[in-house]
Amino acid sequence: MATKVVMEALSPTMEEGRLVKWLKHEGDAVKSGDVLAEVETDKAVMELAARGDGVIRKVLAAEGDASPVGTLLAVIAPADENIDAILAEAGSRAAAGGNGAQPAASPVEASVQTTDQPSAQAAPARAAEPQGEASTPPQSAVATAPTAPAPPRQPAAPPPMPAPAPPRPQPQPSRAAPSADGRQRSSPLARRLASERGIDLGTVAGSGPGGRIVKRDIESWIAPPPAAPGKPAEPPRKRFITREGDYQDIPLSQIRKTIARRLVESIGPVPTFYLTAEFDASRAAEIRTQLKELGDAYKLSFNDIVLKAVANALSDHPEVNAHWMGDRIRHFNRVHVAMAVAVEEGLITPVIFDADRKSIHDIAAEARHLAELARLRKLTPEQYTGSTFSVSNLGMFGIDQFTAIINPPEAGILAVGAVEEKPVVIDGELVVRPRMRVTMSCDHRVVDGATGARFLQTVRRLIENPLLLIFPSTQ
Amino acid sequence: MSSFDVIFIGGGPAGYVGAIRAAQLGMSVLVVERDGLGGTCVLWGCIPAKALLESASLATKVKKAAEFGVNVGEVSFDYGVAMKRSRAVSTQNSKGVEFLFKKHKITHIKGTGRITGKNSVTVTTADKKEEKHDAKKAIVIATGSRVKGLPKAGLELDKKRVLSSDDVLVLEQAPKTMAIVGAGAVGCEFADVFAAFGTQVTLLDVMPAILPLEDAEASAELTKSFKKRKIDVVTGAKIGNVKVGANSVTMSVETGGKSQSLEVEQVLIAAGRAPNVEELGLKEAGVQLNDRGFVKINERMETTAKGIYAIGDVAGPPMLAHKGSREGVVLAELLAGQQHVHPVNYGNIPNATYCHPEVASIGLTEQQCKDKKLEYKVGKFPFSANGRARTSGETEGFVKIIRDAKYGEILGAHIVGAHATELLHELAVARENEFTVEEVDLAVHAHPTLSEAVAEAALDSLGRVIHV
Repeated sequence: MATKVVMEALSPTMEEGRLVKWLKHEGDAVKSGDVLAEVETDKAVMELAARGDGVIRKVLAAEGDASPVGTLLAVIAPADENIDAILAEAGSRAAAGGNGAQPAASPVEASVQTTDQPSAQAAPARAAEPQGEASTPPQSAVATAPTAPAPPRQPAAPPPMPAPAPPRPQPQPSRAAPSADGRQRSSPLARRLASERGIDLGTVAGSGPGGRIVKRDIESWIAPPPAAPGKPAEPPRKRFITREGDYQDIPLSQIRKTIARRLVESIGPVPTFYLTAEFDASRAAEIRTQLKELGDAYKLSFNDIVLKAVANALSDHPEVNAHWMGDRIRHFNRVHVAMAVAVEEGLITPVIFDADRKSIHDIAAEARHLAELARLRKLTPEQYTGSTFSVSNLGMFGIDQFTAIINPPEAGILAVGAVEEKPVVIDGELVVRPRMRVTMSCDHRVVDGATGARFLQTVRRLIENPLLLIFPSTQ
Repeated sequence: MSSFDVIFIGGGPAGYVGAIRAAQLGMSVLVVERDGLGGTCVLWGCIPAKALLESASLATKVKKAAEFGVNVGEVSFDYGVAMKRSRAVSTQNSKGVEFLFKKHKITHIKGTGRITGKNSVTVTTADKKEEKHDAKKAIVIATGSRVKGLPKAGLELDKKRVLSSDDVLVLEQAPKTMAIVGAGAVGCEFADVFAAFGTQVTLLDVMPAILPLEDAEASAELTKSFKKRKIDVVTGAKIGNVKVGANSVTMSVETGGKSQSLEVEQVLIAAGRAPNVEELGLKEAGVQLNDRGFVKINERMETTAKGIYAIGDVAGPPMLAHKGSREGVVLAELLAGQQHVHPVNYGNIPNATYCHPEVASIGLTEQQCKDKKLEYKVGKFPFSANGRARTSGETEGFVKIIRDAKYGEILGAHIVGAHATELLHELAVARENEFTVEEVDLAVHAHPTLSEAVAEAALDSLGRVIHV
């Protein structure tokens, strides 16, 4: 049984990938799970794993080639199996694809497909739609559901839940349409929309009867929030934040709806306002100095202190730890803080999950680790999606104050400037103190001026009294 | 004075169905109805009209009986008998609702309800007694609508020469000539009925087509059929100089720049219904109306007054029994605090006109698809190519399915032909569940059935029709 190696959608927004390096070559024997190649996605360099056992019989993509998701890259098969048919099919499809009909792959190609499965069923339907509507009739989509390596075929009685975790860091459980037993509930139209747009149904929350995924769920999934310039557009819902109980949805009151509508009319899709505050960083600076004297193991940056202070403040201010969901506001019970990291070609926002529950030492270590991964472009999608609030710090570049752009659907982002010695008046006397200026951008639909100000008061208290950060809560 | 969870004012298809669902969910329910249970639908609309249409259908069939080898001898038609049968069917249905109320332990008071407090309704019974009842959870306005004349055009309803649909349902005999003003569903259905009983019918509408809300091809198909049956169809018609005499009505009818005079025995006004919003104490209760005179509601059927809801015709168009019934069910579930109540899908409410041939539709017309700039494909299958239709000699009409060009979503479906109103529901289910045209085809359709035409139309939209 032959297994196709195709360009997989390794991130939710990936449309094509560049093959960086083949780690296995023609003639190599491979086992399911073996890393075959490194692939550069729109966000990171990721590993492409084998989904079946056999010998790499044919490699079709050269290193450096960029291929749309679904493109056949190689064929794994027993040494004696005839793979001409697969190669011929790939050749003709490549020719058809040249017409530019459909950038996204149909679900059949996007997942692993074994050659002895009846893809012939799909053929007549396609033939009837010469302009390549890539419309896979549902019955053939079901036939390609298994993502496991070489599942035992049980045509009469399909396994009850054929969703074994493939040996990938981020499984794509339902890309290939629902399992034959129909337990994953979605409408045929929703499945078709999802498959043609490359949306993983496993990441979509269903709003139909009994949680069935229907058209509106796909439509709202694909309507991406307006991306900030230079910032990758990220789908709003991730598996980290959609668990029930992790948040409360707050229905919109009339005044909230009116505010939202008027503000959007006035200023654009995310009506933003800015709050600037200057904090005294004397004690924070003292702590840093003291820790530094104790040795490198205790090194702490201002950014670490800010991240922890923001995280603790967010846990006290769920009204700021919130997302604008269009028809409601979502207050999160968990605090996932994204930190903007500059990389060569832009920036990326790795996330420190449950930052309010982590010690400042853990946050410091994790922030360093994530920043390093970001620079190496080794972040996985789980590591840079799912944040509830963001922090951007340009202090290390000597910027003393700036405004950052909100990453929708988050309600705010805190821009942190450099800590600088400044003259200030304290008790009627002019003294020099290290000062830190922060500016919070707030989505006015979610956060009002006073709400944001109260949050910044809490942040100020924590940063000006950093010892409080060793306690779980400020209240 | 008693206390209930919910009080429905109005026992029509919105109120009585809502009441039953509320009772199923364990609520104590009072329904206040001044007329018989079942409302306009059961007493003055759907049911008696359909009973008359069945008579009309039989009359038309009997005329063709000899073709089928059935000799029935001399045939005569008696509208009075047909009318009495239709009244009997109505009464039977109304009694059916009474039985359902008993079964579900729903209290029914015959009288006129008025909101007289934050959560109380005062009922005035036929003997002028007043009783006040409390609603703990909700007061639901389900008072429906009524026919209104066209007084501005000089066509005031008088029960003799200028009739409403209510009036013609109790006519003793069919007139020799009749003008029907308004060619919507009601007008087309009565044109069918009276034509079958030998009346020379002139069907008038100010709009450029009959059944103006239907797909243009469906309207055209029905016009063709009506004209074949010698119904005079005048569209784009402007009526003037109305004179209501003792034995006839004269008027001028202007169309396409030409004016002609028309004299008929009776006129049926089949245009315009007004919501029943009067004498309910709405203003005092803080219930606002919208600019078209209907009670203003939101998607949870809440009015502008807390604890007061509105469903059915009184809450706005489409004024269809099944739309009201669904609102009643959804409201009852919301009041019961059910999670994940499937909301009323106003974009997927079927339209049905029971003239011959029947016209049924759901979703968008082709013109609406054009206006929305949707990319679509049309599949069409004529009943003349359907085996079952040929066997019954009912080959008029077609099934037309409009699908999204890329994803196959069924954007709209339009059926003209015998049993069109029954055939439509396959597509209503398909649309509600977001099946695409492919799923419609994948389900095997029995042969020979009219339903095969539905599957063929779906196939035609995919460019794969078999039997044409």
